[in-house]
Amino acid sequence: MLAIDGTETSIKSFLRTLSPVDQVGAESRAAMLGTRSIKTTSKLWAIDTAISMIDLTTLEGADTPGKVKAICTKAVRPDPLDATVPHVGAVCVYNDMVRIAREHLDNNGGKSIPVAAVSTAFPSGRASLEVKKRDTEDAIANGATEIDMVIDRGAFLSGNLAKVFAEIVCIKEICGERAHLKVILETGELVTYDNVRKASFLAMAAGADFIKTSTGKVTPAATTPVVLVMLEAVRDYFQLTGKRIGVKPAGGIRTTKDAIKQLVLVNETAGPEWLNPELFRIGASALLNDLLMQRMKMHHGQYSGRNYVTLD
Amino acid sequence: MKFEYAPAPESTAIVDIQSDYNLFIDGKFVPSKGGKRFATMNPANEQVLAKVTQGTAADVDRAVKAATNAYKKTWSKLPGADRGKYLFRIARILQERAREFAVLESMDNGKPIRETRDTDIPLAAAHFFYHAGWADKLEHAGLGANPKAHGVVGQIIPWNFPLLMLAWKIAPALATGNTVVLKPAETTPLTALLFAEVCQQAELPNGVVNIVTGDGATGSALVNHPGIQKIAFTGSTEVGKLIARSVVGTKKALTLELGGKGANIVFEDAPIDETVEGIINGIYFNQGHVCCAGSRLLVQENIKDELIEKLKRRMSMIRVGDPLDKNTDLGAINSKAQLTKIQELAQSGDTEGAERWSPECQLPEKGFWFPPTFFTGVSQSHRIAREEIFGPVLSVITFRTPSEAIEKANNTPYGLSAGIWTDKGSRILWSAQQLKAGVIWANTFNKFDPASPFGGYKESGWGREGGRHGLAAYLKGDM
Amino acid sequence: MRIDVKKTYKLFIGGQFPRSESGRSYELFDSKGNFLANPALASRKDLRDAVVAARNISDKWSSATAFNRSQILYRVAEVMEGRKDQFIAEIIAQEGVTKAQALKQVNEAIDLWVWYAGWCDKIASVYGGTNPVSGSFYNFTTPENLGVVASFISDQSSLTSIVHAVAPILAGGNTLVAVAHEDYPLSAITLSEVIATSDVPGGVVNILTGKAKEIAPWVGSHMDIDGVDGSGLDSTTYDALRKDGADNLKRINRFDEVKSPQRILAYMEHKTVWHPIGI
Repeated sequence: MLAIDGTETSIKSFLRTLSPVDQVGAESRAAMLGTRSIKTTSKLWAIDTAISMIDLTTLEGADTPGKVKAICTKAVRPDPLDATVPHVGAVCVYNDMVRIAREHLDNNGGKSIPVAAVSTAFPSGRASLEVKKRDTEDAIANGATEIDMVIDRGAFLSGNLAKVFAEIVCIKEICGERAHLKVILETGELVTYDNVRKASFLAMAAGADFIKTSTGKVTPAATTPVVLVMLEAVRDYFQLTGKRIGVKPAGGIRTTKDAIKQLVLVNETAGPEWLNPELFRIGASALLNDLLMQRMKMHHGQYSGRNYVTLD
Repeated sequence: MKFEYAPAPESTAIVDIQSDYNLFIDGKFVPSKGGKRFATMNPANEQVLAKVTQGTAADVDRAVKAATNAYKKTWSKLPGADRGKYLFRIARILQERAREFAVLESMDNGKPIRETRDTDIPLAAAHFFYHAGWADKLEHAGLGANPKAHGVVGQIIPWNFPLLMLAWKIAPALATGNTVVLKPAETTPLTALLFAEVCQQAELPNGVVNIVTGDGATGSALVNHPGIQKIAFTGSTEVGKLIARSVVGTKKALTLELGGKGANIVFEDAPIDETVEGIINGIYFNQGHVCCAGSRLLVQENIKDELIEKLKRRMSMIRVGDPLDKNTDLGAINSKAQLTKIQELAQSGDTEGAERWSPECQLPEKGFWFPPTFFTGVSQSHRIAREEIFGPVLSVITFRTPSEAIEKANNTPYGLSAGIWTDKGSRILWSAQQLKAGVIWANTFNKFDPASPFGGYKESGWGREGGRHGLAAYLKGDM
Repeated sequence: MRIDVKKTYKLFIGGQFPRSESGRSYELFDSKGNFLANPALASRKDLRDAVVAARNISDKWSSATAFNRSQILYRVAEVMEGRKDQFIAEIIAQEGVTKAQALKQVNEAIDLWVWYAGWCDKIASVYGGTNPVSGSFYNFTTPENLGVVASFISDQSSLTSIVHAVAPILAGGNTLVAVAHEDYPLSAITLSEVIATSDVPGGVVNILTGKAKEIAPWVGSHMDIDGVDGSGLDSTTYDALRKDGADNLKRINRFDEVKSPQRILAYMEHKTVWHPIGI
């Protein structure tokens, strides 16, 4: 196990043992994997797998119960005309929409689909720990079984790693057995891959069940090299601890091509063990329709159009 | 869940391979004088692709005469800017017909389409583009105010990067005002013959580029032809030395791009995942048929186990098989003869007590194949640590201190390439300074660019190709 | 009348002045046929020792700062200036020229040292550089020393010919074994005495006297010699040496006697280094 007891010294000395990441090398590996040509049967498999991994997300100030219910319906039955399409991995909403989502899912055949709540003063994380705790408690109380928390990037960048660590530990305690914890690194604000790797390990050591790239409110978000570096981190963490941590890219994954690139990355980096919704999720909204249209093309041989998928 | 990648073969419909090929002399495809035909095959399935001509001494003579004539009557009289325009045209046509070249190269050579598509062909085009721009600026090349072409250049290229090596040879030769007789490798003549068509499409004056196919005897006729003023050879050190001896007593200039046994040095603080990629790229790129391959992995002993573990894991992801499949990482060995050589050297590794490892992989039944392989427990005195294998076989050697790493890296008659992997800037520069090699890749490997000079120290060759320095090979400067 | 103390002309190997290990010498006469000296007649074993000396000091000399090498070469010129009379006397003795002609040659030789001294810390900036490659990489090429060079001195002149050969090889950071022309050993050995007292580390320059033809085959086949200047060899010997030299692909050249940075570059290798640019 990792020799981290939560003190600044122990965290820093552990993170110093991590190998550095060369930006150009990481990016060229990710780009090379992006050239994989996924066709025919493997493409069909990848599309369905990707659908089952989507955390179907709406995180807008303008979210309403109507909007949330609409995506819940879609989560259960992405293509109303085709029952062979799998349901998505989860629905991801703001805290105050959790109960609405949970109830709507339960009432519409989506009991097995978890609701994920973004928590801890998402997206900035700029609130007191007390508020973050209450935020999390509240989400779980309303039926969230997955908590997507943000780390304190300010604390991370100023070197206050113990604070980042302690917050994750604290939220993890609240989650307990009741909810899965996804820790959002907001890689676009961490900037370097070295930071992404460090933050990944820090989050895993503090108790994350998943590490997630981004809030979706900052660009760049889930770029392929960032996901590559995080997949390498979970793979190495497994080597060290025997524990598999999940990865969730979120933000900017809009097309089938993007999604398949993600699956290839998973397959050839962390390995096929990670190729299931328990260990890999894709935070997205528009992606689902593109996957559905590609799926139709694969099945019917003709290109589909936007009016043949549902716009919610 | 298992993510199987369905076959994704690149279509061969784009290439139009003739059943028989003549020689390209004086702007036309002409039959040989007395030369027989021999087959060139696809090493991935042993199917004959076409029959090409065994160029004779008489054919070489004809080609040299055509090149001499073209040099005297047209090429040497053209202003540099006009020569440059022809090269720009060639570069553009190569870009336009890139897919066709990529597929044909993959078929004739056995290398993966991903590499021909993303590396060989784009770089070949880039080489012409780069040198086109030099043609009217030679007085700024650092060789005096009025550097002169040699005249007719004889060029012999290998089979590992057929079109790219052609570009490395022809582009600078033409830019500097020379005319060319080029002999492609016996097992990979087809892209050179397709390039001849490009010369026609570019309306390059007749005789400026002549392509004579054949084997070593054809090459020897070219080297020994009295009408050649300069020879450029890429190939084995053994043949390079023969050529070096054969030009003695003549005024022929000679540049050589020969073998190597590159050391890829990994220090304990290396960016480990990118290092693993660099090792893979260093030795398994192009089936290890790379003169500058990082064929010796020198790893600091205290991270050896971790690195080997990661390397094994990564190697098990290497996709071996159909070169035309877009997802193939490792293609076919170029020829039966090369396969035999690799097998023999790998065998010597076993016999001498090194430990062989390859990932599980299904090799096709037909064709010439060798799995990605490494040996651990290799010492400096093993054959696999000293001889160039020219295949996907890596020898892993450990070291304890930076000085020991350098000493082992330099302990070879070769001096083409070396790699350095460390996070410490000062150590990179120190290592780069100490290594006796012409190309040093630090925290990267097997990168090529027309602007970057390439060539070896010691028995890896004479001269440089590419960049400003490469021009010196094709120009006589003022002293 | 005082009896002169005559000078013994010996070899210069590893900073020492040994006789030939073979014990051989040869008689040297002036242009009028008068006896001049018994210079050492170097053997293949003297060559072997000289190469070992040159190899052993190679790293030290090549890794000295270019500025430092520059000062040392300039120092050779300074010391030569003080021994002008001896050089003049020896040139007159060997070549039978006038004093004015000999003086001109000495001045030229000294000025050659000064010229090449100045090149030491400029050659890499003039002939190296950065290469604008595609992709996020920093790429530079720099010339560096070849290693150990053997130099057969031509007979164009007794003093400047050897400086034309030796100075550029040293400026490029190489160590060398020079084989003086058989007719002109005196200037060569006196020059070695200058070198020995000019802060040039022992072994960087080694000078053999004797018969080039006898030594050339051993130079050609020697696997620890990296380059050869065959300017002083006849065509047959030169060609044979080129054939032998192919065994380890020695860089073999011969030169017209001109001063040029190309003479430095002839015994340098271009090294190209790549590194990613990233954060």
